[in-house]
Amino acid sequence: YPYVTGTSVVGVKYKDGILMASDMGASYGSTLRYKSVERMKPIGKHSLLGASGEISDFQEILRYLDELILYDNMWDDGNSLGPKEVHSYLTRVMYNRRNKFNPLWNSLVLGGVKNGKKYLGTVSMIGVHFEDNHVATGFGNHLARPILREEWREDLSYEDGVKLLEKCMRVLLYRDRSAVNKIQIAKITEEGVSISKPYSLRTFWEFNAFRNPTVGAEGSW
Amino acid sequence: MSKAEIDFPPKGGFSFDLCKRNEMLIKKGVQPPSYRKTGTTIVGLIFQYCGFHSTFLEMLIGCLTKNFKEGGKTEDGVILGADTRATAGTIVCDKNCEKIHYMAPNIYCCGAGTAANTEAVTDMVSSQLQLHRYHTGCESRVITALMLLKSPLFNYQGYVQAALVLGGVDVTGPHLHTIYPHGLTDTLPFATMGSGSLAAMTVFESKYREGLTRDEGIQLVTEAICSGIFNDLGSGSNVDVCVITKGHKDYLRNHLLPNPRSYISPKGFLFPKKTGIDKFFGY
Repeated sequence: YPYVTGTSVVGVKYKDGILMASDMGASYGSTLRYKSVERMKPIGKHSLLGASGEISDFQEILRYLDELILYDNMWDDGNSLGPKEVHSYLTRVMYNRRNKFNPLWNSLVLGGVKNGKKYLGTVSMIGVHFEDNHVATGFGNHLARPILREEWREDLSYEDGVKLLEKCMRVLLYRDRSAVNKIQIAKITEEGVSISKPYSLRTFWEFNAFRNPTVGAEGSW
Repeated sequence: MSKAEIDFPPKGGFSFDLCKRNEMLIKKGVQPPSYRKTGTTIVGLIFQYCGFHSTFLEMLIGCLTKNFKEGGKTEDGVILGADTRATAGTIVCDKNCEKIHYMAPNIYCCGAGTAANTEAVTDMVSSQLQLHRYHTGCESRVITALMLLKSPLFNYQGYVQAALVLGGVDVTGPHLHTIYPHGLTDTLPFATMGSGSLAAMTVFESKYREGLTRDEGIQLVTEAICSGIFNDLGSGSNVDVCVITKGHKDYLRNHLLPNPRSYISPKGFLFPKKTGIDKFFGY
């Protein structure tokens, strides 16, 4: 069972590559214990992995992938593992652990670009994996997916992609109890990976109707 | 003269007399009947334009000039929306049911949860409101309906699975309340309930703003319900909208039909000749 968990990760394909967003919180049950956890990490030269769920299992997965990339580099054959290969490897790992009744309690989002081809896929803790133009894990499944389905387009520019992800993260911040207002946006293109510095979203809490909701209906709440 | 047996006076609440028999039946392998549920998306929205102060200067100016031109007319109201799918387990049993129930001429209520529960509870309160109207001779208030709905739901400790979005306009203004099965109530400017509530809340959280006009409100509510219909398995079919303003209401049944039947046989449906009916109601 998970102890320290991260909340959702949202990823979209855009014109030049993949954009992924996640917040930096890790909760210990109902306490927001850690507020500066980087839940997105670059893997090799071509991929970016974001994880929600148990943080310790995520670190274990990173170790496995480190080993994988190391061996691949040791071959020194000019070929490096692309996102599709890493995704396939992760699927096998997750599915095998689940078959042994000892799952790695994570929902992973893997994105990358290799030789101009963009790839965005997801693996859940029971081994369900698929590839899509936009993915979300955890609460993002319910809250971010409707927005992405409506507003995702084939050739999003970088700014539009960031705005779309921010919209999703804002709704998640409003409605997910384990979200923190400190998010990172990661971008991966043919050139490489860049993970932005953490920043916080502007939220609006000043709706008049929320200020005094029971005006005229005294006694209710 | 028949000797009438004096029955025990009917006690309130549930009678658990059949529990042992049900357990025995389940042990023998008889499946309990599933009950009809409305896995659902229901939403409500308060719209007010030219109403009040705002924190952004440009909005304030816009409101004032409008006020001048129209002689201070403001339009306030509540918009309720619902999808039309009723499910029994995994089967859709009613593709076009009515989830927006009548409570009073100025108060309507959307119900999510077990269909029988929502219908019964709203019917009960609707008749209580009517009696109250006869007693007092005034238009019913939304908070009256709220209290009348809240108390029995709390008394049954959540076993009456009815989650409701209650909206109406009375003498004190437009009101929107949500009522949870355990009896908790919330007073909100926008609210969603049901299995599709997360998808609909997404749309509201990103697109709601103060000072919506009636048409923008309807647009937003339909978008939220459509989001529930297409992204949630428990919601589907058509969109119902109900707009309530002071002294007037618009019940837009099947306001939007985003799921038309695409493959209709051009021949229609013909009963075989020997079926004993004189007319057939084509298609």
